[in-house]
Amino acid sequence: MKQLHVFVENRPGRLEVITENLQKAGIDIKAFAIQDRTDYGLMKLIVDKPQDAYLSLADLGCACALKDVLAVSVPDKPGNLNILLSALSKSKINIIDAHGFVLQPSKTGVCILEIENYAQSNADEVVRAAGFEILEGNQLYNL
Amino acid sequence: MEIRYWNKEVETASPERIKEIQLERLKKIVAAAFKTQFYSKRLPAVGINSPDDIKSLDDLRRIPFTMKDDLRQSYPKGLLAVDTSEVVRIHTSSGTTGIPTVIYLSANDLNAATDLMARSITCTGADKTDILQNMMSYGMFTGGLCMHYGAERVGMMVIPAASGNTKRQVQLMKDFRTTVLHVTPSYLLHIHSKLPELGIPLKDLALKKAFIGAEPHSENTRKKLESLYNIDAYNSYGLSEMNGPGIAFECQYKKDLHFWEDSYIVEIINPKTGELVKDGEQGEVVLTNLIRSAMPLMRYRTRDLAYLHTEPCECGRTHRRMSRIMGRSDDMLIINGVNVFPSQIEEVIMRVPEVGTNYQILVEKQGALDRLVVKVELYPKMFLGEAKQIEQVKARISDELKASITIKPAIELHEQGTLPVSEGKAVRVVDTREKL
Repeated sequence: MKQLHVFVENRPGRLEVITENLQKAGIDIKAFAIQDRTDYGLMKLIVDKPQDAYLSLADLGCACALKDVLAVSVPDKPGNLNILLSALSKSKINIIDAHGFVLQPSKTGVCILEIENYAQSNADEVVRAAGFEILEGNQLYNL
Repeated sequence: MEIRYWNKEVETASPERIKEIQLERLKKIVAAAFKTQFYSKRLPAVGINSPDDIKSLDDLRRIPFTMKDDLRQSYPKGLLAVDTSEVVRIHTSSGTTGIPTVIYLSANDLNAATDLMARSITCTGADKTDILQNMMSYGMFTGGLCMHYGAERVGMMVIPAASGNTKRQVQLMKDFRTTVLHVTPSYLLHIHSKLPELGIPLKDLALKKAFIGAEPHSENTRKKLESLYNIDAYNSYGLSEMNGPGIAFECQYKKDLHFWEDSYIVEIINPKTGELVKDGEQGEVVLTNLIRSAMPLMRYRTRDLAYLHTEPCECGRTHRRMSRIMGRSDDMLIINGVNVFPSQIEEVIMRVPEVGTNYQILVEKQGALDRLVVKVELYPKMFLGEAKQIEQVKARISDELKASITIKPAIELHEQGTLPVSEGKAVRVVDTREKL
């Protein structure tokens, strides 16, 4: 799963520049989160066409990058997120940043995890072993 | 008021006598200059082939100005007139393009500089019964060591506290009954704001005087310090190229700074034309050091702007007085007493691949102290999408600037195309501090 990360200064109007241009490029934003770093922030977007979205912002001169993240389907039920996180922490897997959203109340939730050294980690196996499903791009976009 | 002199004969000598001393010393300095790589080429180029060609003080004007860049080009030994075995001290200052400048002092030179510092201290009315806390940096910066030597010669008890560590500074003032401080005005203001939280009331201190220098300040700042601490504050002037502090100092009347004209020839010029301006007219201070033979320096362009007074001073000294420094004829910034050229900052920024070519330097007041903010743009192609990377870039720029200019600035990263694009350097610097 690719997530688009965009560097934005913390002042009025900067996020709008991003959403306006994604709209022009015909990009559908499925989910987003903002990592606040006081004087700047990183806007993190799950979109239907990550590569197109990246190119449309890069053309504008935005500092952005596509990052591999782990999208986990977490049934919307008390305690489920805790089960997922404790499985990861037991395996000493560090989460840099995360955001989550509920797609269908009482049914489907999604957790987007940014994992430290993701490519070298066994995060996928750990998540599956804990009984969770990993979503690929199309699966998420079509949910 | 009882007027104190260190060397009354010289300090009150007639203008004619001062000129005699100047000419006699200038000849010696020119003789020394012929032993340097730098002047041995430069002097013959203007028709001065031996020290005997200097027949009057007017002949000084035949010598071309020496610029800061000449010092850099001559680093390390191009201006050294003696064998290093004759040298007892060097001081360096960081240069704008990574090339530092250096000064050399022989035992005689150091003795003369120390004596002048003692004269400066004494002219404020301070004496051996005073206790001096020297709060300027020691080490390569001349401000600390030169004051230290002068104060010891006066016979004062010297506390070599150096700069920083406010709590310890105030504790030392209290425990040792410090009467005189040598300090930058901004740091002295800063200390006052910290007294309540340190729990040491002003009445527990024995302060009488402060020698303030190393950064330009207004008369208002002086008045404020004097009333906050109930002390007398004396303006001092110096620059490392000329040996450090003690070139000009305020006397007990505190009406501008006596230039020690037996030891330095001062000229005030129009920085654009190089012509002398009239007395009382503002211009750039140009100095010839008459008391240093190991490294002669003649007609040095200080880039400091000031004007001269010629009317006599109530203290009886005949040495002309110089106004406080009104500004600079170049783009040098003075930040908490440290000299910084924007080009030094630019050089560091341009070495960092993650940032673009636009940048802005902001200097502002944060409480009493100066704050330096360096704003740069993140270069999009180098962005990896992680906050960690941005923090590492900021830390790297901050650390490299600390190594280069000795100040650790705040670093702000901006989006590409958001900082003003400018051709000239001036627009890249925004200084919101009070103008003098």
